[in-house]
Amino acid sequence: MSAADLPDAETLVRRLLEQLREVIGPETALVGIRTGGAWLAERLHRELGIGVPLGTLDVSFYRDDYERRGLKTDVKPSEIPFDVEGRDILLIDDVLYTGRTIRAAVNELFDYGRPARIRLATLVDRGGRELPVAAAFVGAVISLPGGENINLERDAEGRFRLSVMRP
Amino acid sequence: MQANPQLDKEGKLQHLLSIEGLPAPVLTQILDTAASFVGVTEREVKKVPLLRGKAIFNLFFEPSTRTRTTFEIAAKRLSADVVNLNISTSSQTKGESLLDTIDNLSAMHADMFIVRHAESGAPYLIARHLRPGIHVINAGDGRHAHPTQALLDMYTIRHYKKEFRDLRVAIVGDLLHSRVARSQVHALSILGVPEIRVVAPKTLLPAQVERLGVHVFHDMAEGLRDVDVVLMLRLQNERMQGALLPSAQEYFKYYGLTPDKLARARPDAIVMHPGPMNRGVEIDSAVADGPQSVILPQVTFGIAVRMAVMSILAGSSPPAAND
Repeated sequence: MSAADLPDAETLVRRLLEQLREVIGPETALVGIRTGGAWLAERLHRELGIGVPLGTLDVSFYRDDYERRGLKTDVKPSEIPFDVEGRDILLIDDVLYTGRTIRAAVNELFDYGRPARIRLATLVDRGGRELPVAAAFVGAVISLPGGENINLERDAEGRFRLSVMRP
Repeated sequence: MQANPQLDKEGKLQHLLSIEGLPAPVLTQILDTAASFVGVTEREVKKVPLLRGKAIFNLFFEPSTRTRTTFEIAAKRLSADVVNLNISTSSQTKGESLLDTIDNLSAMHADMFIVRHAESGAPYLIARHLRPGIHVINAGDGRHAHPTQALLDMYTIRHYKKEFRDLRVAIVGDLLHSRVARSQVHALSILGVPEIRVVAPKTLLPAQVERLGVHVFHDMAEGLRDVDVVLMLRLQNERMQGALLPSAQEYFKYYGLTPDKLARARPDAIVMHPGPMNRGVEIDSAVADGPQSVILPQVTFGIAVRMAVMSILAGSSPPAAND
């Protein structure tokens, strides 16, 4: 897939916003997964006017490929500035692929407490799942060859753009 | 020049034996990773699953409760299995050699050894002896090095002072016998501290200490003038027996950190100590418990720093054959 065939990221953000407006309540908390998911969550949190402070996860300490790849060199602290116990959580990631990142994020969230519910929202679902994970809210479904990766970029003005990375 | 035995061909950390010779980015990576672990240790569940299934052996050939405990807590918070061995009371008295002990423990599938030994260089000997993929952390060897202590000191300094580049740091006390001081000097200079001072009587300074790039002071009031950080060292009581020092009272008078002497430092200077403290010998209680003391935060940060070192080492094992 070439860059020209990729959907416009800003359109997908608007699509996601429409879906999420319907479902958020006063107790809903947003948690973004670093890096792309955290950017996206920042935007959604602002535009949806959510009162609960925004959470951010860096799932490095929970990844299942640590044995093979080691620790990445720029681990950032996870920040969950609200009580997870009994909370309705919307987990936000930019691209949903194998589902392994989501597995790690869910495990990490449970180490903060027992949430009432976790739902997943993602800008792009590119298929290729290796775990039984599904997103409740999706900007677009795209099919992509195994070797390629979709990347979310954010420019200086905070606008989003999708790009394809080949190994 | 001989390659640094702590780094593999790609420059990844395989063992932590000494601060000396480590590149600044390696130290910074450890401090940054530790910052993430500080968050973990403040949660309800203080564990992460990173080292699940790994066996870590705390190998202490020299008694230590504090350091051994912090390594044990760090390993447990990474979900590793920890075995504590105080060898001074065990096989060494039965005449087993150091490397025989290591071979036996390796046969029990150890993934990492935390080693404290009275002989300088013992952790190097062990690291060289082990097959690749098993890691060694030096928890203090003789008078040589105590790298994790220096790293937690650097973490503490960065936490309070943000940057290393404009700091004046004084190390005060028994530098002659101190492995902590040696590691601190290397770490401070690698991280770019422009002015490192050492303050001690002539009898407690190593020969040619100036070669390390430090400024030497024998007058403590002079040495503390305008410093940002005061690193106190522990005065080991056994040193009192020899001719090195007249008495504890005499030492306290000239080199004990009192509020009066600390007043020479910058008003926002922080005071650190690796513990355990000799109150009334190298430090006055009014300072140890005072507003400028960050001695207890050092202990808390020490766990996160050790978690960082362990997880960076265990993650740098060579990949399995069919990977």
